Amino acid sequence: MWDYTDKVKDHFLNPRNVGEIENADGAGEVGSMACGDALRLTFKLDPATKRIQDARFKTFGCGSAIASASALTELLKGKTIDEALQVSNKDIAEFLGGLPEQKMHCSVMGREALEAAVENFRSGGRVKHTIEGRVICRCFGVSEKEIERVVRENNLTTVEQVTHYTKAGGGCKGCIPDIETILQRIASERQVRTGMTNLQKIRKIEEVIETVIRPALKNDGGDVELVDVSGNEVTIMLRSACANCPASKLTVRDFIQKELRERVLPELTVIEQK
Amino acid sequence: MERIVYLDNNATTQVSPEVVEAMLPYFGERYGNPSSMHSFGGNVRRAVEEAREKVAGLINADPQEIVFTSCGTESDNHAIHGVLAASMGRTDLVTSKVEHPAILNTCQALAKKGLKVSEVGVTSEGALNWDDLDAALTDKTALTTIMWANNETGIVFPIAKIAEKVKETGAVFHTDAVQVAGKIKIDVKKTPIDLLSISGHKLHAPKGVGVLYVRKGTRIRPYLTGGHQEAGRRAGTENVPYIIGMGKACEMMTKHMQDHNVKISALRDRLESELVRICPDAKVNGLGQERLVNTANVSFYYVEGESILLLLDEHGICASSGSACSSGSLEPSHVLRAMGIPFTGIHGSIRFSFSHYNTDADVDFVIEKLPPIIKRLREISPFGK
Repeated sequence: MWDYTDKVKDHFLNPRNVGEIENADGAGEVGSMACGDALRLTFKLDPATKRIQDARFKTFGCGSAIASASALTELLKGKTIDEALQVSNKDIAEFLGGLPEQKMHCSVMGREALEAAVENFRSGGRVKHTIEGRVICRCFGVSEKEIERVVRENNLTTVEQVTHYTKAGGGCKGCIPDIETILQRIASERQVRTGMTNLQKIRKIEEVIETVIRPALKNDGGDVELVDVSGNEVTIMLRSACANCPASKLTVRDFIQKELRERVLPELTVIEQK
Repeated sequence: MERIVYLDNNATTQVSPEVVEAMLPYFGERYGNPSSMHSFGGNVRRAVEEAREKVAGLINADPQEIVFTSCGTESDNHAIHGVLAASMGRTDLVTSKVEHPAILNTCQALAKKGLKVSEVGVTSEGALNWDDLDAALTDKTALTTIMWANNETGIVFPIAKIAEKVKETGAVFHTDAVQVAGKIKIDVKKTPIDLLSISGHKLHAPKGVGVLYVRKGTRIRPYLTGGHQEAGRRAGTENVPYIIGMGKACEMMTKHMQDHNVKISALRDRLESELVRICPDAKVNGLGQERLVNTANVSFYYVEGESILLLLDEHGICASSGSACSSGSLEPSHVLRAMGIPFTGIHGSIRFSFSHYNTDADVDFVIEKLPPIIKRLREISPFGK
């Protein structure tokens, strides 16, 4: 059913470095049987070069989970601790030639196990990995920090993607509004960093209205006209069938405003001029 | 093509060669519309009605009580929406926690719209919780829908008793019998079931045809509206070749079901007992309950279902699992959850489901290949010994 690459299949059927190092320099365990995914990573350093001499894994999980852990251990060998911390979940997925979207969380779990093992090493074997910060998804134990990190590193924009990469929102779905808040915040940060000028903003609003909003409304016999843009306030006038439609408020809020917020700037508000 | 050992018959079954043969003329020269005036269509009409009689024969219904649909899901939807639309004064739904998504998700969508929906639970053995059912049934219950046998565990509910209890309270009773038709003898004249769903592709007819049995006198509105086909109960030009196929499959089942069951139960029992004997930390789910003779749901603790299935697939063995990873969503089996089975058992659960086309060689092959797979995955797993 899953479209696995040949490399994923290979690392699943012939996993490298299965096992557990005794007297490991670093040991990290993430996930749980309740989640359906668990990974225990151990590594040993070459005392002379301080490079990872050996890395082993044990995984309870699906084909992607086993392949991701195998790939991770291969990527770690020969690296210093600092170099190892550069290995991202994207690197793991790329090493495998890609993972199905819904399985990206397996690569993220690999990254987390790595961090847990390094934390364990740096604390002299004392610290057991704990979830940092606010827990957003209770069903799968996913923290706000983790979601933010995954969204930034992988340029995620939708809740669905966040679920595929972290499992958050895949259980009771109660945390989805929180996930949306995080996505909006990061998106507007990106916007601020790219620094749209006023002129650019207005042009983009016009573009979205012409190419997305008007065609959709026209399909139902309606139409809309852009009246003015002042700061983040967009004034429009509904036309044709939309003008007298009892559901016009919904159209303005759940379609026009939603589209402009997603495609231009999350802070925009749309006001209807009668 | 490598040899396939197909043990996923609760997901779908192969179409019998005899069924394909019966269907072919209706893809060929016999393409008339059964509703047409001319005899070219009338001849096809006759064949459709003969198929209807054969389906009725499988469940001892009257032919006029048989409505052809596109699938079990449509039959389920028709039962729920159709009864609610026709119901006067009663507005509530009662169902169970272990239903197929066609029932459960449909009921839950209606609950979001404000309907009162009660979901009756099951015990840790998988039996229906009678106290829950008692409490749920009120004089506002329009429809109670409870499956006859569960597709994941094979557990069979005492449907006659359930139907009688429901009828006492005046509600309409529907049962999703998709996993039962062709496996257990159904006699609608012996139980007060009002509506019953059947799916063609679970009894060696093709995918794309189903049946809703509607007891004469049941108040129900059509689900698909338009033309007047199926005596005004289900619009749409009849899916003639598939209906013919459905008729043929039902006719074959009526004749051979008993013999099939003898063979199938021997195969299933042997596979189950051998796997539990050879693999440590393996447990059959639903043992102790009445079950379909063709279903074996086994939990292999400390390992995960998708990886088991992938390794079985390497040998051409087809089965399914209740694990989250193999579900397409992130949720593990809601049926096993409702039974209170711990996650450790749910994620490692594998379902084998037989048909009469399976053989002793199939069972031998699985007994040979599966235990080493479990052993290997346990070596990779951080849990267990």
